[in-house]
Amino acid sequence: MSITKPSLATLAGLAVLLAGVSVVMIFFVAPEDADQGLSQKIFYVHVPIALTAYAAFGLGAWKALRLLLTRGERYDLESYTGIHQGTIFGALTLITGSIWAKASWGVWWTWSSNQLVLFLVLFLFYCAYFMLRFSIEPGPRRERISAVYALFGVALIPVSFLAIRLASDFIHPTVFTREGPQMTGEMFAAFCCSWAAITLLAYVMYRTELAGKRTDLNLRALREALAR
Amino acid sequence: MTDYLADVAALARKDLRLELRARDTLPAMVLFVVATLVVFHFALPGGAGDDAAYGLLWVALVFTSLLGLGRAWAPETEAGALDGLVLAVSDRSTIWLGKTLAALAFLGAAELVALPAFALFFAPLDGPALAGVALASIGLCAVGSLVSAMAAAARGREVLLPLLFLPLAIPLVVGGVGSSISPDPGTYLAFLGLYDAVFAILSWAAFEYVVTE
Amino acid sequence: MTSGEKYVAAAYGVFLVFVLVWAAIIATKLARLERETAELVRLTERRVADDVDG
Repeated sequence: MSITKPSLATLAGLAVLLAGVSVVMIFFVAPEDADQGLSQKIFYVHVPIALTAYAAFGLGAWKALRLLLTRGERYDLESYTGIHQGTIFGALTLITGSIWAKASWGVWWTWSSNQLVLFLVLFLFYCAYFMLRFSIEPGPRRERISAVYALFGVALIPVSFLAIRLASDFIHPTVFTREGPQMTGEMFAAFCCSWAAITLLAYVMYRTELAGKRTDLNLRALREALAR
Repeated sequence: MTDYLADVAALARKDLRLELRARDTLPAMVLFVVATLVVFHFALPGGAGDDAAYGLLWVALVFTSLLGLGRAWAPETEAGALDGLVLAVSDRSTIWLGKTLAALAFLGAAELVALPAFALFFAPLDGPALAGVALASIGLCAVGSLVSAMAAAARGREVLLPLLFLPLAIPLVVGGVGSSISPDPGTYLAFLGLYDAVFAILSWAAFEYVVTE
Repeated sequence: MTSGEKYVAAAYGVFLVFVLVWAAIIATKLARLERETAELVRLTERRVADDVDG
């Protein structure tokens, strides 16, 4: 890592700070929503998590593209870790989204929430990424195939979103709607703070995981070198 | 350009000729789709409308194409011929295109039986519905050949292929069902066209990375 | 707690739990890496000693 990149410790500290500020803003500064009451507060954690998942999948796809175009050593692990983070946050999106659905509409699942359905499809897609990756012997072939699959994922996101929008016309009559954010200034500020905190947290997690995976690989190489 | 097309045509023709000689995949696909339609008759409750039937048609088509795609790369992998092919052609994407065209031919042949059977057993199919089938079939085969090549490189490929294929097939099902039952099929057909364009280009460009060592 | 509060707590709680579980997994991995590194250090020292002797 270059000197200009802030150290992991600094970023982690900043994430903790932002998280603390966010909690204060969410629960003490932002007003309660008139329609939904207290359960609207879930929005501040659910939406940033969803956005972070998209970002992580995007990062994974970007690193995948770099791998295919430059064949640099580092990109495989970086892409894999990005996808891994995305899947974790994707699962979190589904769970927090489900909790929010129960709080708002009394059901744990609804097909009329486009975001929930989209994440379900993406979650299935990216779970298959891991199945694919671990069915192939480690090596350049696996790196390339994983990279292509990661790129397909990122293409699938907008296409699936469109599909789900189109499907809602004939699958189920839309019973549940949620008002778009008619947010007050304080709500928006709280949202931004929370989003920053969660994005930073995700990045710290990404870097930590990456360091762990790299060290693992290095140790394995060292062990093999010593065995000779 | 003509060399490119010549390669593609040669590859597609090879697959068709192999199938004509072996006759294992296509009859299986045809039987499977008809059997599935019969199962659906028993699966659909009495009061279910035509809409449900159109939905099931698409389930049948997706799983029939899965069946064919599972065997798509078998000639190459069983004979160890894929490496040779990769070396023999100047542009590896011709392999993908040839395979996609062959898969499309097989799926089309199965549909030639399935669609009249569906119209007979369940509900009529109009122009937009058939256009939807045509467009979605292109998407299914384009994406399917690529994903099947990925699975061919892995262990447990028969189990892996559906996992890789189904999430990608979901938008096609939406487009297909929509073009069959919606009062405004144009939107769904346009969407299918978009899917085909995006994923065909992506598959065409990415194939060489999947198949080189 | 009202039901609204319960759901909010559940959502934030799940997030917290996920992050903590992730931290625990990373910690376990780190412990393993530490053990392996120590073992490799021993191996290397022995090797160096052997080379010096032999």
